[in-house]
Amino acid sequence: MYYAKLVLRNALRHKLRTGLTMLGIFVAILAFGLLRTVVEAWFAGAENASTTRLITRNSISLVFPLPITYGERIRQVEGVTRVSHANWFGGVYVSEKNFFPQFAVDAATYLPMYPEYLIAPENMKAFLLDRKGCVVGRKLAQQYGFKVGDVVPLRGTIFPGTWDFVVRAIYDGADAKTDTSQFFFHWDYLNEILKKTVPRRANTVGVYIVGIDQSSRAAAVSAAIDLGFRNSLAETLTETEKAFQLGFVAMTEAIVVAIQVVSFLVIFIIMAVMANTMAMTARERLAEYATMKALGFGPARLVALIFGESFAIALAGAAAGIAATFPVADWFAHRLGTLFPVFGVSRHTVIMQLAAALLVGAVAALFPGLRAARLRIVDGLRNIG
Amino acid sequence: MAGTPIVEIRHLFKSYQRGGQVVPVLHDLSFDIAEGEYLALMGPSGSGKSTLLNLIAGIDKPDSGELRISGEDISRLSESGLADWRAANIGFIFQFYNLMPVLTAFENVELPLLLTGLGRRDRRERVELALEMVSLTDRSAHYPSELSGGQQQRVAIARAIITDPLLIVADEPTGDLDRVSAGDILGMLERLNRELGKTIVMVTHDQRAAERARIVKHLDKGELVDGESLLKTQ
Ligand SMILES: Nc1ncnc2c1ncn2[C@@H]1O[C@H](COP(=O)(O)OP(=O)(O)OP(=O)(O)O)[C@@H](O)[C@H]1O
Ligand SMILES: [Mg+2]
Repeated sequence: MYYAKLVLRNALRHKLRTGLTMLGIFVAILAFGLLRTVVEAWFAGAENASTTRLITRNSISLVFPLPITYGERIRQVEGVTRVSHANWFGGVYVSEKNFFPQFAVDAATYLPMYPEYLIAPENMKAFLLDRKGCVVGRKLAQQYGFKVGDVVPLRGTIFPGTWDFVVRAIYDGADAKTDTSQFFFHWDYLNEILKKTVPRRANTVGVYIVGIDQSSRAAAVSAAIDLGFRNSLAETLTETEKAFQLGFVAMTEAIVVAIQVVSFLVIFIIMAVMANTMAMTARERLAEYATMKALGFGPARLVALIFGESFAIALAGAAAGIAATFPVADWFAHRLGTLFPVFGVSRHTVIMQLAAALLVGAVAALFPGLRAARLRIVDGLRNIG
Repeated sequence: MAGTPIVEIRHLFKSYQRGGQVVPVLHDLSFDIAEGEYLALMGPSGSGKSTLLNLIAGIDKPDSGELRISGEDISRLSESGLADWRAANIGFIFQFYNLMPVLTAFENVELPLLLTGLGRRDRRERVELALEMVSLTDRSAHYPSELSGGQQQRVAIARAIITDPLLIVADEPTGDLDRVSAGDILGMLERLNRELGKTIVMVTHDQRAAERARIVKHLDKGELVDGESLLKTQ
């Protein structure tokens, strides 16, 4: 009680200095939290990828398709439980800046492989019955105001023409980490049009989604699939969905690394600021430390007082910073739309923020604490007058 | 009253290092301080008064020699042993009061009691008593910055006696005070000595202050000068 009072009053001794330091920590922890959230959002797709789903694609590049006939052969591979396929559509909704992922999928096999997409049974039925129907994620629907029954026109970039789809279902995520910014429609419909317009591009798929029985066998099954297509016209590359997603992140890795570096720099800078504050504080109080030592207070108690003060300042600033991270991140998410399918402050981020604050507090107290502990009483007392 | 020695100093040497040079401060000092004594140490600036006082109070260590207090050679104690020993045995009074500016008079007096096992209520009782002895009951909630120099020194006296120490050491306790306040403080020290039988060692420049002590020793260039004057005996 007494010590807590002493720590608190010491911290509030120079209100302006403490206030500015706390403001700095507030901003630093807030910035750190937001940057961490961006980094996490970047990895979110891969983080939430299933380990019992494999992706098989053309080994040369994702740009090249695979024949539709491969599906049946993949299904024969031991360990494979189910197979579906999808094509990246890459259409534009009204304007180029309205980016969201669109896939032509084999609805009957695709959606069951993603149990995290929750669709009401009657809507699912309506979607399966309508060849021009589509399913949109909740986040996407909210962003553009899509409702069941709406017609969504997409201007094709990879596949020419304007395509009209009717929203038949809106899927929700099983949890907050599920990407609900996607748009699915029938691969059969795409194929049917292609047969008429560009027949050589018909009967091909972008990727196969392969369900396996055990995640531990992912490597073996992947190798077996690729071996089956060795020396054929289109060789395949199979990897886990997670590895596949990370492949996308890798393309932008430099940016992620830069953001991470900046996030740690912010903490480093505030550490220096805070250390300076605490060093100034300690220098002014040498006589007080010496007096307390003369009265019989050991170095450990002085060190505890100094660390207590440093932690109090760091944690008070950090608490405000963490509290502010949530609304600011929400606002960000709102502004960013569907750029990041998942953008939210995770528990991990909050723990990192807390850890950063504790680290800042500890580092700042280290030197003054050492100085107080080592201070010779007679030297400290001479500091007066 | 002056009888068995409470402080026994034998062949005490102390020097400081300054810029690679050894500066001798105390040179082969030997003397006793009797229990219940009120000793004033006088001498020119730089003669080693504070150094001697610091050694007796256990906040500095001699180079060699014996320094027994109540039979215990404190020069042999470890750093933490010495800290505990000070907490139990020494009451400090400084020239510039050395109160914690963020603590009230009450809390400043309470500070040394935190090193004892006393509970809150016992501490409160003791602090109230000590503040009463220095006539500051009505100022207990005031911070040092709200008190005059004399009042601050009275708080410091209360803090010095709160643990009922064996020995009270005071380095120029009136050095920063006007004559009236100084008289006040000296009166209190005198009462502590006479009424409570406290042993006091006081360093002072002030002849008037020294006159209030029972015994005066003069230090010059680290040695006791003869002609120890028994100024006040009753
Ligand atoms: N920590 C120290 N380091 C180096 N020299 C010191 C130290 N403390 C004291 N001295 C030196 O030791 C000598 C005695 O100092 P001391 O403070 O004991 O004198 P004093 O008699 O109390 O003087 P004053 O009346 O001015 O307070 C002085 O020459 C001083 O400069
Ligand atoms: Mg001195």
